[in-house]
Amino acid sequence: MSLDPNSIVIKGLREGLSVTLSADGTWREALTALEARLTQAPAFFKGGRVALLVGLRTLTESDMRAARDLLARHDVTLWAVLSDDAPTQRIASELGLDIPPPVPPPPTPLPRQWEVTVEDQPSAPTLPLEEWPDAGLVVRRTIRSGQSLRHPGSITVIGDVNPGAEIIAGGDIVVWGKLRGVAHAGALGNEDAVVCALDLSPTQLRIGSRITRSPDDRRRKPQPETARVRNGQIVAAPWGV
Amino acid sequence: MTARVLTITSGKGGVGKTTTTANIGVALALQGKRVVCLDADIGLRNLDVVLGLENRIVYDVVDVIEGRCKLRQAMIRDKRLPNLYLLPASQKRDKSAVKPDDLARVCEDLKADHDFVLIDSAAGIEEGFRTALAPADGVIIVTNPEVSAVRDADRVIGLIEAAEKGPAKLIVNRLKPDLVARGDMLDTGDVLEILAVELLGVVPEDETILVSTNRGNPAALEERSRAGQSFRNIARRLLGEDVPFESFRDAPGLLKRLGRLFGADGRS
Repeated sequence: MSLDPNSIVIKGLREGLSVTLSADGTWREALTALEARLTQAPAFFKGGRVALLVGLRTLTESDMRAARDLLARHDVTLWAVLSDDAPTQRIASELGLDIPPPVPPPPTPLPRQWEVTVEDQPSAPTLPLEEWPDAGLVVRRTIRSGQSLRHPGSITVIGDVNPGAEIIAGGDIVVWGKLRGVAHAGALGNEDAVVCALDLSPTQLRIGSRITRSPDDRRRKPQPETARVRNGQIVAAPWGV
Repeated sequence: MTARVLTITSGKGGVGKTTTTANIGVALALQGKRVVCLDADIGLRNLDVVLGLENRIVYDVVDVIEGRCKLRQAMIRDKRLPNLYLLPASQKRDKSAVKPDDLARVCEDLKADHDFVLIDSAAGIEEGFRTALAPADGVIIVTNPEVSAVRDADRVIGLIEAAEKGPAKLIVNRLKPDLVARGDMLDTGDVLEILAVELLGVVPEDETILVSTNRGNPAALEERSRAGQSFRNIARRLLGEDVPFESFRDAPGLLKRLGRLFGADGRS
């Protein structure tokens, strides 16, 4: 029996992505389905980190190592295995794949889902794992060189995306500011996704499996633009056209 | 009195962290503040040379941390300013000799008797940078008006924000006003547009820096040095004074001034 890769549920967490594997079938089948999903949208997962949600499934140490190795082959870090099964959770903790105890978050006037997500930071994780609404993620800050935002839904940045930063979304990307880093919309395979920005000057722009880069010499007046795929090519046009 | 601990860092190497640390230290001491300059670039000791105190080193910060001497024994009083001290780095060891907690403990001990502790960070974003960041109450980023230095500064500012040590303040070092005027160099506005942090000061490229660094006599001590003046202004801003940013445009070179004196403008 083979499992449908689309039965795998992907969500955005503050610290990375969560991947819920089907409870049906053997672990080997579940991993085969996971691999199929990784292969479908390699750019979405590459360089990210993933928490596997395995429900009541009982796993051994070698099961977990197999998952870690599989993800590593796709340049994805396995940072947690979350199980409702106590022995499995214990093994996860021995492998350092449990979620560390909660650190009280600093008081903030903003809703929690607006906090920073910086995947390469050892920033204090908080429990319970908080999901961003799947419809989208709103981030209100400058995204700086070396930082990366990843979400299966759409991403809105209120602020600039600097050169060297990357934004990877399953849906659309909206930047209310200057987009100068790398943006990848529709990274789960949706070529209808769009990227728009007040100043659309990305280092590189990707939509679905299409890639384009900014002209090398681009001295123009910044204006709001939307980029989308037309006839197999990414084209940018002034806002509203 | 408890000292403010400021870490001076940059990401990219060679932008002038050590020179900046030495000069701000001198300028704050000239304002009567009690200052310690701490060299956290373990294994690549430099701050002592720039301050001209190399020949006085007996113990260093690693000796303090490993208990071979008391903190006071390792501190070197400046030869010109009695309220300025240097705590030198070790030249024989490497970054692994000092852990973030070690440096935090040393700074804690320094706080009681001083107004400022300035930490000269190692370049990069690895261990040395993390260690220098640990004790910081505030961070000063040094960059040059150059695309790669600004890119690295941006990366470092992000790391500082994530470590909840921000917001960092910015010094743009080695600005060449004539190149900016010709449009061949990023100006301060371009740099701020990317980095979006508070500007603490702009220091022009100045030959006196090179000379004073080699002599171990920081430019901030020299009344006539333009860069020295900029560092003195930065110190006053750190003390809360509202000092307008210098305009370097109307500072013509010596030849031009001489020319004008003799009525030969070059154009006429």
